[in-house]
Amino acid sequence: MSQSDSNSLNNGVHIQPLAPEHFHQQAKAALADPQLRQNFRGAMDYLKDKRKLAFSDVAEEKHIRNLSEAIRQRCLSKLPDLLEQLESNCINNGIQVHWAEDAIQANQIIADIAQRHNAKEIIKGKSMVSEEIELNHEMAKLGINCLESDMGEYIVQLDGDKPSHIIMPAIHKNKQEVSDTFAAHLDNFTPTIDVDELIQTGRSRLRQKFQDADIGLSGVNFAVAETGTLCLVENEGNGRMCTTVPDVHIAITGIEKVVEFLTDVPPLYSALTRSATGQAITTYFNMITSPRREGELDGPQEVHLVLLDNGRTQAFQDEEMRKTLQCIRCGACMNHCPVYTRIGGHAYGTVYPGPIGKIISPHMMGLEKTKDLVTASSLCGACGEVCPVKIPIPEMLQRLRNEAKNPATAAHPEIKGQASAASKTEMLAMKSFAYAATHPAIYHLGSWSATKVRGLIPSKLGAWTQCRSAPKPASKTLHQLLKASHKKDQS
Amino acid sequence: MSSSREAIFARLRDANPKVKTMETIAYQPWVSNETEVLKTRFIDGLSASHAEVLTTNRHALNETLKTLIIEKQFARIAIGTGGDLHSEIVKAISLVQITHPLNILQFDVDFAQCKSQLFNDIDAGITHCRVGIADTGTLVLWPDNTEPRTLSLIPPAHIALIKRSTIVSNFAELMVTEAWQNKMPTNIVLVSGPSKTADIQQTLAYGAHGPSQLVVILIEDM
Amino acid sequence: MRIYPAKPSKVYFYATCLVDMFDPQAGLDAITLLEQQGIEVIFVEKQTCCGQPAYSSGYDKQAKQVAQSQIDLFPENWPVVVLSGSCGGMMHHHYRRLFKGDSNQAMVDTFCDRVFELTEFLVNVCRASLIDQGDKSVVVMHTSCAARREMNVHLTATQLLEQLDNVEIREQAYESECCGFGGTFAVRHPDISQSMVEDKTQHLCATEATELVSADWGCLLNINGALEYQNKALRGVHLASFLLARTGGQ
Repeated sequence: MSQSDSNSLNNGVHIQPLAPEHFHQQAKAALADPQLRQNFRGAMDYLKDKRKLAFSDVAEEKHIRNLSEAIRQRCLSKLPDLLEQLESNCINNGIQVHWAEDAIQANQIIADIAQRHNAKEIIKGKSMVSEEIELNHEMAKLGINCLESDMGEYIVQLDGDKPSHIIMPAIHKNKQEVSDTFAAHLDNFTPTIDVDELIQTGRSRLRQKFQDADIGLSGVNFAVAETGTLCLVENEGNGRMCTTVPDVHIAITGIEKVVEFLTDVPPLYSALTRSATGQAITTYFNMITSPRREGELDGPQEVHLVLLDNGRTQAFQDEEMRKTLQCIRCGACMNHCPVYTRIGGHAYGTVYPGPIGKIISPHMMGLEKTKDLVTASSLCGACGEVCPVKIPIPEMLQRLRNEAKNPATAAHPEIKGQASAASKTEMLAMKSFAYAATHPAIYHLGSWSATKVRGLIPSKLGAWTQCRSAPKPASKTLHQLLKASHKKDQS
Repeated sequence: MSSSREAIFARLRDANPKVKTMETIAYQPWVSNETEVLKTRFIDGLSASHAEVLTTNRHALNETLKTLIIEKQFARIAIGTGGDLHSEIVKAISLVQITHPLNILQFDVDFAQCKSQLFNDIDAGITHCRVGIADTGTLVLWPDNTEPRTLSLIPPAHIALIKRSTIVSNFAELMVTEAWQNKMPTNIVLVSGPSKTADIQQTLAYGAHGPSQLVVILIEDM
Repeated sequence: MRIYPAKPSKVYFYATCLVDMFDPQAGLDAITLLEQQGIEVIFVEKQTCCGQPAYSSGYDKQAKQVAQSQIDLFPENWPVVVLSGSCGGMMHHHYRRLFKGDSNQAMVDTFCDRVFELTEFLVNVCRASLIDQGDKSVVVMHTSCAARREMNVHLTATQLLEQLDNVEIREQAYESECCGFGGTFAVRHPDISQSMVEDKTQHLCATEATELVSADWGCLLNINGALEYQNKALRGVHLASFLLARTGGQ
């Protein structure tokens, strides 16, 4: 993770730089911050209600999720072909296509473009992939300034902070905290908790920046193979600004974002906006097919598309985990996650927090760094229930838990950090459990013993008893009671 | 970095996924054949998104536009150089200018030459719309040489002219019937209201970076 | 939606390891409820555990061994009625995943098709109709996440409760939210789990219901442990015991 100045949770408790390896401490710190918890609970309640209203017709919800899943699965099943088609159509349209295996290559590509144009200022629309490659940090090393223009991202950047949600980056702050941020970093700002005034402040400060920027950078929501079109979803208009005003536009996205047909876009777009913010449609849907053409008076002279792998091919190579790549980044899994709701996005220490973060980050960073994330779920299934493309997130977590504990098998290639959570004592315990559970006499002797020593079970069982009384076995097991009552036994 | 490209493709091809065929699930978003229903839903959707919708007819368009400009006290307006209703726009402007001072930026030069003016010295931009989408209350803009992309983006107010006969049911139907895949222009933008954000404490605020006002003039032509 | 069979004359009963050890009375009560429906209940004594502890901890191989041993215990084509949505979800849903692509996949799938959660079975197969003989009571129910999302049976427990005329059902805030148990999750991530169960108990107590029921002993272990720790009077009982007591007992 970044060595940048973002090394604290919002509660001001300074710990190590946020990283998934420190998940336990980060989660603990977040749980101890009542303001943070209140901000998240309030925001999640709001987003859940909005989504529910947007899918008030349950039959329609079911239908659109089934369809969205099918479209994403079809597109992924043809991914290499579609990427070739996308590339060739983009090139025909005049869009320059670049391929990056990892963050280093992606940053190098963007740095090369910037340096060729002698660019000093990059204005950015919202792009989680740019967070993934830590673009701002890397460009700063080269003397290139990246400025976030999405309101949430702008607030977060002012504080040297990181987004805590993929759709609403500054969701961890309330309006007072935003005012404090502005007061700390902006000249001539009069503190206010009037949200209109806060937004107008952001607008007016950024307006000149759009004019001055050498390059606009954006993400991509859908890249359409059949036409070589890049689609961007937004409400603020900064995405349009970034992709229209500067002379150069760089779009960066993961290789999985490609769809086959233009007609794949409307259902996915609808599923995305309804799931993310409960909107029937966003204010803007921006479809970019080429740089400025002959005779046109505005728009960028150059458009670049950077396609990033960064672990996605690892997920792709496994039929089950390929479903991870169906994601259209709506954030609904976070909004509905009881863990995310309580600890917020920063505690995960990954770019993508919440349930989707738990299943995509291991492919990007390796299980050795993310093994605590895959266990940080009660497998309650709330995420899978709302996912618009029906990614079985709990099953993906089960799978990753297994990969973290066990060596690779012939059926599945090794993944980054395979078996990194393997533990001999735990394996022995599980083997003993399996032995007992498959040998009833031994198993029932165990249960019987537990009932006999019930009075001896310590009242402190560590983690369990920090907030609960110790469980007490009954005086007799059901097996014993049934034997005693001569219930019919077919064993 | 062609070696990166090849490495990525090698890994993807290596997975050799079983190709899935086209899904049989049909997508049927909201649809209607009733022109009154289409119109109502279109207006309701835009209004719910905080756009103002004025209804007029072709004959009265220049008067409607004139009144709007005067009432909103727009004194500096950017316009394009063409389009079906261009002459009405020009006429409305000349009507306003009889009684009110009005600066006009005709967007007929390279963006670089009018960028500063567009950002700093314009109150409103006027454009045509290619189509309206009733389902979501959406305008489809199809910028071209005569009405560049920034005309509807940079000025703080956007006045959009749309003919009622262009309103279709939904986005999916539109791209199929017009066979968009064969003729994608540089840029298409769907607009459903003025610029907004809820990034601060989920409180909706208008005028984030795009126009804070969207006025839609719906022209009865049926 | 699942398609349900006609009411059978015999069923296998799967008590689950938690009921076996912590609340055997719930097992006896569930058997009585099924017998009251005119069904002969077969309790296979060799049953142990569905294997979920290994499965959710990342030990698929061990979980599979346990799963296979349990499947082998229920050879006849009778429904397997499980006294927990969570174990039911394991046996109805996750066994399929564990054996996917194996030579005996079809056999496993057939077994999984026979697995029903108790309330689901009483409502959708038995069409049970209950007559309340208890005094007026105010009840709040917690439904396990597995029952809700893996078995899709969160409505069946409610339907049974609603048949009881003297029972007023209160709904807690964040009713569908997880109680924070999640098996080993509760001990691997104790602080997060704690925040969840504390919220859950607070929401349950805030209803001022005098009785708490749940059809899952995993959740009850967690929720009751927290309620006892907090010195609250409220304690959860298994829905099977509650239903039997309300309808006149044995």
